[in-house]
Amino acid sequence: MKELNIADHNTLFKREEYQTSRQKKKAFENCASAEEVQKTAEYTRSAEYKEKNMKREALTINPSKACQPLGAILAAVGFDGCLPYVHGSQGCTAYFRSHFNRHFKEPFAAVSDSMTEDSAVFGGQKNMIAGLKNAHDIYKPKMIAVSTTCMAEVIGDDLNAFIKNSRKEGSVPERFPIPFAHTPSFVGSHVTGYDNMMRGMLFHLTHGTFKVAETEKINIIPGFDGYTVGNIAEIKRILDLMDVKYIVLGDNSDILNTPMDGEFRLYSGGTTIEQTKEAMSSKATFSLLGDSTYKATAELLKNDWMQTYVGDVVPLGVSGTDKFLMKVSEITGKPIPKELEKERGQALDAIADSNYYLHGKKFAIYGDPSYVEAITDFLMECGAEPKHVVSTNGTKRWGKELTKKLAGLEFGKKATVHHGADLWQLRSLMATEPVDFLIGNTHGKIMAKELNVPLVRIGFPIFDRHHLHRYPVFGYKGVVNLLQWTVNTLLEDLDRNAGEHNFDYVR
Amino acid sequence: MSTRMTKEAAETAIKEVLSVYPAVSREDREKHLYVNDSSVESVGSCLSANRKSLPGVMTIRGCAYAGSKGVVWGPVKDMVHISHGPVGCGQYSWGTRRNYATGQTGVDNFIVMQITSDFSEKDIVFGGDKKLEGLLREIKEMFPLAKGISIQSECPVGLIGDDIEAVAKRMTAELGLPIVPVRCEGFRGVSQSLGHHIANDTVRDHVLGKTEPDTTTPYDVAILGDYNIGGDAWASRIILEEMGLRVVAQWSGDATIKEMQSSHKAKLNLLHCYRSMNYIARHMEEKFGIPWMEYNFFGPSKIEDSVRAVAAKFDKKIQDNAEKVIAKHKERMAEVVAAFKPRLEGKKVMLYVGGLRPRHVIGAFEDLGMEVVGLGYEFGHNDDYDRTIKEAGDATLIYDDVTAYELEEFTKRIKPDLVGSGVKEKYVLQKMGFPFRQMHSWDYSGPYHGYDGFEVFARDMDMAVNAPVFKTTTPPWKTA
Repeated sequence: MKELNIADHNTLFKREEYQTSRQKKKAFENCASAEEVQKTAEYTRSAEYKEKNMKREALTINPSKACQPLGAILAAVGFDGCLPYVHGSQGCTAYFRSHFNRHFKEPFAAVSDSMTEDSAVFGGQKNMIAGLKNAHDIYKPKMIAVSTTCMAEVIGDDLNAFIKNSRKEGSVPERFPIPFAHTPSFVGSHVTGYDNMMRGMLFHLTHGTFKVAETEKINIIPGFDGYTVGNIAEIKRILDLMDVKYIVLGDNSDILNTPMDGEFRLYSGGTTIEQTKEAMSSKATFSLLGDSTYKATAELLKNDWMQTYVGDVVPLGVSGTDKFLMKVSEITGKPIPKELEKERGQALDAIADSNYYLHGKKFAIYGDPSYVEAITDFLMECGAEPKHVVSTNGTKRWGKELTKKLAGLEFGKKATVHHGADLWQLRSLMATEPVDFLIGNTHGKIMAKELNVPLVRIGFPIFDRHHLHRYPVFGYKGVVNLLQWTVNTLLEDLDRNAGEHNFDYVR
Repeated sequence: MSTRMTKEAAETAIKEVLSVYPAVSREDREKHLYVNDSSVESVGSCLSANRKSLPGVMTIRGCAYAGSKGVVWGPVKDMVHISHGPVGCGQYSWGTRRNYATGQTGVDNFIVMQITSDFSEKDIVFGGDKKLEGLLREIKEMFPLAKGISIQSECPVGLIGDDIEAVAKRMTAELGLPIVPVRCEGFRGVSQSLGHHIANDTVRDHVLGKTEPDTTTPYDVAILGDYNIGGDAWASRIILEEMGLRVVAQWSGDATIKEMQSSHKAKLNLLHCYRSMNYIARHMEEKFGIPWMEYNFFGPSKIEDSVRAVAAKFDKKIQDNAEKVIAKHKERMAEVVAAFKPRLEGKKVMLYVGGLRPRHVIGAFEDLGMEVVGLGYEFGHNDDYDRTIKEAGDATLIYDDVTAYELEEFTKRIKPDLVGSGVKEKYVLQKMGFPFRQMHSWDYSGPYHGYDGFEVFARDMDMAVNAPVFKTTTPPWKTA
């Protein structure tokens, strides 16, 4: 067969005939001249521009945060047989699903009750009554978790009343579990939505149950985590090694990692109702990403479940993992086993090997507040120095506390923390005060390329690389993953920019 | 290899699949499912489309905002498109549609950006107009080369009584930039479709005819309804240029506002995606007397038909050129078909997409010897289905606004060799062991339009259908 040499979008448009066509099109475009574009581009990277950019009051450009119901449905799919149900306009649900599809490369089931103009006038109760019945009969869930879009919140729909009335109308069997949470998109971010829904799940699934004698177990809440598949498996492995008994609340690591074997699983794994009830009597709850449970869930755990709540230890990096293990050990009385000591040593050994490529390197980072802080801590363990630390959904208090902490650290004192800033502001910061590398999700790729800064993809969402979410970033094993992503990105960059003399074989 | 269902089998499948639905919902869904009879002229009342989705059934549809910001307005590259309302909508639609465009992001091209008013509770309570006013000024300051601004309304805007039209009017005067208020709140209408319509209307009211073209010729055409996904419009434009036509505007893939403003002097409008842009085509016909025609640039057979049909609207020079264009590509197309047809002949395809694709790609599949046996539209209207039934074979299963459950069940029964749909369906079908191509984003490939696009299309369908991975879903110890 003749070699066809098919040119696709990557190479086709470089052909001369397409370049000619491009020139023809320009005649109709009224675009700025190349010089004007160049001049403007330089201006947008200037200190003068930065000053205006940092002062913006009304306009948000390239924020690094999403809205509440996204987090809500990620929490909901962590429960056994649970179908997330979003009360409001249907487009939101299509967006949430495709957002997760693109990050996890996995199916993501959720229904909407498709409210339209008439529901805006009369409220969405009719949609809820019909929607719960359809969802129940067609998708045969064990429970339905209801959250809301901003439409339902603006018109003031009352989930509690609507669900009660739906039961009366016979939409679902009388005792069918329907945990719910109001998740207005105009308050907080996706981590807030996770928090509200997690609280809703824990509250409703244990309703009428009372705490009995304390068990030996601890609870784990994963939080809004793009690495949930790898992380939860790793945390379970660590706890098994320690011989600690645990319940993962909202274990979505299975449903986001189903096999391709000819069968589609609408539901797979997840925390059961029985486990959730039992979790009330556990010794403590560890929330692995504290920003995801900081308010609603934390209050429930502390006040209603009367549990020790650990929300400030992210098991990431060497010291983060150390703290986690010690805390688990302290609460359960189980010693930290030799195997984990060995893994710790292996992680340190890896850092020692790569240390010289990271030590003294300045970096910028953005993402959710818990992750940003934990990864910054880890990189400082490798001798790298944070310069611009951005979290669009970081609270003022978070910013203040992190600023204070970093100022007192040898490797952290050059950092400035920008809570609430967006990525267009980060672009200005990096353009005027350059860094050696950038840590973040896919949304950083354009500015990284423009400013010639290597982007180490750590965060959520990552749409343009495959399988990263399958790896843990938690625990000592996670240290090795984070380290290799970072150092190898820098080494790739070094090779790409190397001259003839320094294109070294051994690095 | 799978075979086409008989009419009776397809009707039985519909009954079986719907049996789990509550009675009221079953009745509704029956109206959206149809077994094709190609002798019929119009689906008439046999098929219901463009109706509300049922609550709770897992519709695949999106909303009016998606139709306006995501489809029609979003690709206009030198305008800033504000996702006006809470942060989510703009976040989820940020850079995911692959509307290729030239220009530097953030400088003279604003497509792959998430520009939002990021509503907080305060904005809901006190209204967002004041914030909008401030942010429009800030856009002008941040993006000096922006040639215009569109305000893409999210749900709350229409519910809290904001007057974005008044703000836009005032600020257009203040900033000296066209500012277009778009009432595409997600709760309006039943799908993306109303968003297309609303977006078309706002282009009509705020953009079209606002600037005169620098020059005109008798050969000026505009491409309507091509969003340049993976470079589709570029691969189409080049054919029209080869024919001797002058493509004065692309609506709206890689478009500039100037192209759209001065389109009213085109001699002919060429409409690819009928669904999303027939409105503006009809308007330009009524107001400016510009005729329009639909064309299909998927696969050599349909391209040939379309090239001749377009040329027929012009003089002999263009008609002769058209024959030359067709002749020029014949050999290469034959090579491509010869390479892939033996690998794809007889394979059955199920489609569930939007816009124009369920009918427009049938010919391209047929060029490769493949057959479409099931299809449906996310947001089609009856006139889309009328155009489809003639293209689709007898007993093709047609499913309008299919639910996730129905698609899964129909696929199990039809057992196609390939499914073409969207990202929400992709991973479900792959787990079930079906080769799959995303037919919205071209699965991060493309272009698929034009002669050059067909080569990529053929290669990609082969990559899916003949991927070794789908042949190994059952472990060898189980097949033995």
